[in-house]
Amino acid sequence: MKAENKSILKKAFTATLPIMAGYLVLGVGFGIILKSKGYGVLWAFAMSTVIYAGSMQYLAIDLICGGAGLLTTALTTLMVNARHLFYGISMVEKYKNAGKAKPYLIYALSDETYSLVCVDMDMEKGERNKFCLFVTALDQFYWVLGCVLGSLLGAVITFNTEGMDFALTALFVTVFVEQWLSTRDHAAAIVGVGASVICLVLFGSGSFLIPSMVAITLALTLMRKRQEAVQ
Amino acid sequence: MSHAALIIVVAGAVTLLLRFLPFLIFNGKRETPPYIIYLGKVLPYAIMGMLVIYCLRGISFTAAANFLPELIACAVVVLAHVWKRNTLLSIISGTVCYMLMVQFVF
Repeated sequence: MKAENKSILKKAFTATLPIMAGYLVLGVGFGIILKSKGYGVLWAFAMSTVIYAGSMQYLAIDLICGGAGLLTTALTTLMVNARHLFYGISMVEKYKNAGKAKPYLIYALSDETYSLVCVDMDMEKGERNKFCLFVTALDQFYWVLGCVLGSLLGAVITFNTEGMDFALTALFVTVFVEQWLSTRDHAAAIVGVGASVICLVLFGSGSFLIPSMVAITLALTLMRKRQEAVQ
Repeated sequence: MSHAALIIVVAGAVTLLLRFLPFLIFNGKRETPPYIIYLGKVLPYAIMGMLVIYCLRGISFTAAANFLPELIACAVVVLAHVWKRNTLLSIISGTVCYMLMVQFVF
């Protein structure tokens, strides 16, 4: 590997360390539950590559065991994963010239990967594209590895990992704070938190994401003139 | 194909569609509309706030154990990050703090 690529890979690896911790824990947890329902390692591998969305995979176990219909499955996925539309919209420009890897970058754009690639980076285009590709691939590798490991040796793990999945929450909080510190205008950040909290109280934890997305889009649209004047 | 496999394929296909849809609509052949460019600029800030709340959606104020570990650990992350601005350090200190609290305190 070229020295330049090696240094970008190193950067990507360091950036994804917290995701490794979170994904391994949640992935192993997923593999263990799936196995306990009678679906072994091939299923764990298939689900983590075909679906590759953490909370949806956990839900899919319930759907499979409950013998859910395909329409129910499609609608549930739509509700749970609608937030991915947001990621796409905000990456349209950033991934415009992402080259051959673009379809892969889009397919594997998980919440955590998004949190690392959505920020402005101090890199030139080519370097940025490689960094995004390494981050995306490493994250998926951790997740698939976690799911497969959980399925294979779930019962052998004795180290108490309870609470380790908080690494993912901590990651989002860190990115949020970093964004806050690096900009002067906090209106969009406040809208994101405010709308989500209000919708959580109004609609409950099971169904507040879509109302939040609608509220955020509306608020940001109404604020557009003001925001563009600020920037 | 078994029904379980079909469920996986459907869940995967819908997820894929959601991830690709914006890129299919704004495919670069035409100029991206200014409105979408604007959303692309401001959405990351709002989404990160939404994701934080999404992660904390399970907390309830019925008992201290149901919200204190999360809120204290989040405060640790915020303080650590404002203090040192080192991503890894902020995440590790918050996570270790959270693990200690849920395993030994609450």
